[in-house]
Amino acid sequence: MSDPSSINGGSVVAMVGKDCVAIGCDMRLGMQALTVSNDFPKIFQFNNAFLGLTGLATDVITLSEVFRYKVNLYNLREERKIEPETFANLVSSTLYEKRFGPYFVGPIVAGINSKSGDPYICGFDLIGCINFAKDFVVGGTSSDQLFGMCESLWEPNLEPDDLFETISQALLNAQDRDALSGWGAIVYVITKDKVVKRLLKTRQD
Amino acid sequence: MADRYSFSLTTFSPSGKLVQIEYAFQAVNQGVTSLGIKASNGVVLATEKKSTSDLIDASSLSKISNITPDIGMVYSGMGPDFRVLVDKARKSSHTNYKRIYNEYPPTRILVQDVARTMQEATQSGGVRPYGVSLLVGGYDADNGFSLYQVDPSGTYFPWKATAIGKGSTSAKTFLEKRWTEDLELEDAIHIALLTLKESVEGEMNGNTVEIGVIGPASDHLLGFEGVKNIQGPRFRKLSPQEIDDRLDAI
Repeated sequence: MSDPSSINGGSVVAMVGKDCVAIGCDMRLGMQALTVSNDFPKIFQFNNAFLGLTGLATDVITLSEVFRYKVNLYNLREERKIEPETFANLVSSTLYEKRFGPYFVGPIVAGINSKSGDPYICGFDLIGCINFAKDFVVGGTSSDQLFGMCESLWEPNLEPDDLFETISQALLNAQDRDALSGWGAIVYVITKDKVVKRLLKTRQD
Repeated sequence: MADRYSFSLTTFSPSGKLVQIEYAFQAVNQGVTSLGIKASNGVVLATEKKSTSDLIDASSLSKISNITPDIGMVYSGMGPDFRVLVDKARKSSHTNYKRIYNEYPPTRILVQDVARTMQEATQSGGVRPYGVSLLVGGYDADNGFSLYQVDPSGTYFPWKATAIGKGSTSAKTFLEKRWTEDLELEDAIHIALLTLKESVEGEMNGNTVEIGVIGPASDHLLGFEGVKNIQGPRFRKLSPQEIDDRLDAI
């Protein structure tokens, strides 16, 4: 019982394509070696921003509720939806508030700006440092494996269907090399006019 | 000392009025006229820089202030109260917005924040209401150009064109006749100067009148080039020369 970020396990990944983004996660929730659930998704939607949260599960749940509250109040106050870039800065400032007693999470944000149509992805460390990327971002207990898969599989300007195949293979093969991730996977493919959510058929071990 | 004034000094009269706020309105109505006009492509804020003596260095005092690069504010009433509100608005636009979302607040959100500050001074212990009415002009991507008035009570209204202070009633009548939906910024500046002329007592030139404009982004004022997706500030003050040029054209 030591490293909070690898007690429960889990992985997330996001990629940029041609006028689209994709974000995926595994479905495992464990207590070290014991798998407790195969139905623990780690991606949450706030207006047109998608948040992927890995790490300590209690912080994943708490943060998803905190952001739901903050975004709801934003909608009521501003009378408009929050954009992915703005939401990413909200995540960053929320995490930094806990600089000396942090949430043990590795968040990533993905979405398409409703005004400009530009795809946006970024990742953060547990205290909110924004890692803005033009290609892909990774997080979780199989982040090293995800880096390897993404670096070799990703290419620019993939169409939505091709982006889906690429991100799915990156996620599947990375989580299969990680004891603490897996037990199912979900991939969202986001374009300007629609979002397609697919459940992947994976090894259940 | 503090416990003697921990109750609100603004209390209801039997007729249901808050007399302190009524008196604050009096302070505003004795103040120098200010006006704001919303055009299709900008907002104009204008005021007279009334000096009690020719020895006053008028150029060192600024009655129209910017709060964010895209939002400016002018007042009628007590100058010191305006200064305090400007400082609070500038600070709050950072602490309550930019340091959370990394973007400047939209005009309405900023206005609501200032309005809340002014309302709190009508329901707190040991303080008096602010003796100013404010005209806030700004731009944001979702709502375009907007003009708001904030009163000592904390009420705020959006306006197409309005005036506050001493000559506000006649100025508003004047503006009602002149304002149209498709006014352009230059027309609005022209109308603002004409309206001010009605209430200005002394000489009217670039040094006795202040004009602030929220218009097209001034990328040359950024201080650097070559960065995409960054726009320059929309708020700028007209120089005395620019004002004189327009006064000549009247």
